Amino acid sequence: MYSAKVMDHFSNPRNVGEMPDADGIGTEGNPVCGDVMKIYIKVKDNKITDAKFQTFGCGAAIAVSSMVTEMAKGMTLDEALKITKASLAEALDGLPPQKMHCSNLGADALHKAIEDYRNKQK
Amino acid sequence: MNKIYLDYVATNPLHPEVFEAMAPYFKEHFGNPLSIYEPGMHAREAIENARECVAALINAKPKEIIFTASGAEANNFAVKGIAYANQSKGKHIIVSKIEHHSILNTARFLEKQGFAVTYLPVDKYGTVNPADVEKAIIKETILVSVIHASPEIGTIQHVEEIGRIAKQKGVIFHTDAVASVGNIPVDVQSLNADLISFAAHQFYGPKGAAALYVKEGTRIVPLIYGGIQEGGRRAGTENVPAIVGMGKAAELAKRDLRKRIEHVKALRDKLVNNALKTDKVLLTGHPDKRLPGHASFVVEYIEGEAMLLLLSAKGVYAASGSACSSKALKASPVLISIGIPAHVAQGSVVFTLGEEITDNDINYFNETFPQIISRLREISPYAKGWEGTEGSACTAQK
Repeated sequence: MYSAKVMDHFSNPRNVGEMPDADGIGTEGNPVCGDVMKIYIKVKDNKITDAKFQTFGCGAAIAVSSMVTEMAKGMTLDEALKITKASLAEALDGLPPQKMHCSNLGADALHKAIEDYRNKQK
Repeated sequence: MNKIYLDYVATNPLHPEVFEAMAPYFKEHFGNPLSIYEPGMHAREAIENARECVAALINAKPKEIIFTASGAEANNFAVKGIAYANQSKGKHIIVSKIEHHSILNTARFLEKQGFAVTYLPVDKYGTVNPADVEKAIIKETILVSVIHASPEIGTIQHVEEIGRIAKQKGVIFHTDAVASVGNIPVDVQSLNADLISFAAHQFYGPKGAAALYVKEGTRIVPLIYGGIQEGGRRAGTENVPAIVGMGKAAELAKRDLRKRIEHVKALRDKLVNNALKTDKVLLTGHPDKRLPGHASFVVEYIEGEAMLLLLSAKGVYAASGSACSSKALKASPVLISIGIPAHVAQGSVVFTLGEEITDNDINYFNETFPQIISRLREISPYAKGWEGTEGSACTAQK
């Protein structure tokens, strides 16, 4: 059902945990539907220097969270805003069709974290 | 690595003796039971022997057993067949909210055909109150169908009492006993049921063989028209090996039932007692009046499919009623019916035991399960509680 890459990121998720001194936090999803992702980012000179996540959800949701934090690290904020559901799924060698929408919330949560950071800068 | 199958409610492995009994009917005795020459007669005889064994398992008469290809078919047959046979008397049917899809979806189909359906609520253990059945019966009621035991939460209903009420009111009573027959004693005489569905693969028989008990004298409209098989009530050339297997499995179940119950109940209790030691793990279904090999939980703050994947990586195979683990991406209606909030229902996990499970298996499981829970809770944003989630509704496009 899941690709080897999804299983790897699900079984050994990268960047798990809370980030008490985060510069931006984004939460997406709803536990009633099944998946909730909380993404924390650390930003320096317009670049994401660190990213962490906490996720309530299925295997796909956890793998997506792990992947999105891996991808975002080192990116500029504008680059990170270009991460999409499709590019995340591609990086994971695909997701089952029924998981594309409800579990693939990583890009949205990351974008919210960036928005949160930018709002705090104003 | 250990491999521990804890999903007996999904299906059972075939008993070796059942396999042995079936084998000759694939090759040597391949005849069509309707043929009048020797191979045909041999097949016919095998089916009738199987019918006797299957009838004996539930204390019925052989002619009250109609073989079907699945429990779902038996359920469809019972509900549609009784509805169509009795529609001149009335067009009202009563079912519970925690029926299997093969009952619920058939009831919904009949609603589109002009029947009215009452869906009875259940209490927090998933039990239908027989008094609710009594209240729901009206002049037009022709059928009450209440599941005997829930495959999802294990709860066993007061079917004897519901059957007694239906009988008193002159209403036909069907029970879906797919999860119970062969796992707990089921006796048609004490159950007061006019129709009972059950399936061979729930008691170490093959898939593709099931039965509907139809009490003598009960009129039923066939689902499948054609030849004179099954007394004209279910046409189609019989699946002889599978039916032979169901007969053998019924014979073994009748012989070994006590032993099987004792075995799985002791191990199940050990599993439950250990699982409940972990914080915020709740048993779903009735604590005592439940299937002996059945343990079902909701684990708060984490999601069922993720648990199943990590368990599977440890060689433990189980089931869940969470939205994410279902193809329909909907939380189990059974869990919602017993009052579990949708976000908590996401943490559903179901373990069902059988003959092959050993004490060592449960020791390994008891060690593994809490580790998996704490691992997923380390990832979860709710590890400290459900703050901010109460009362939210799912609006996501599925």
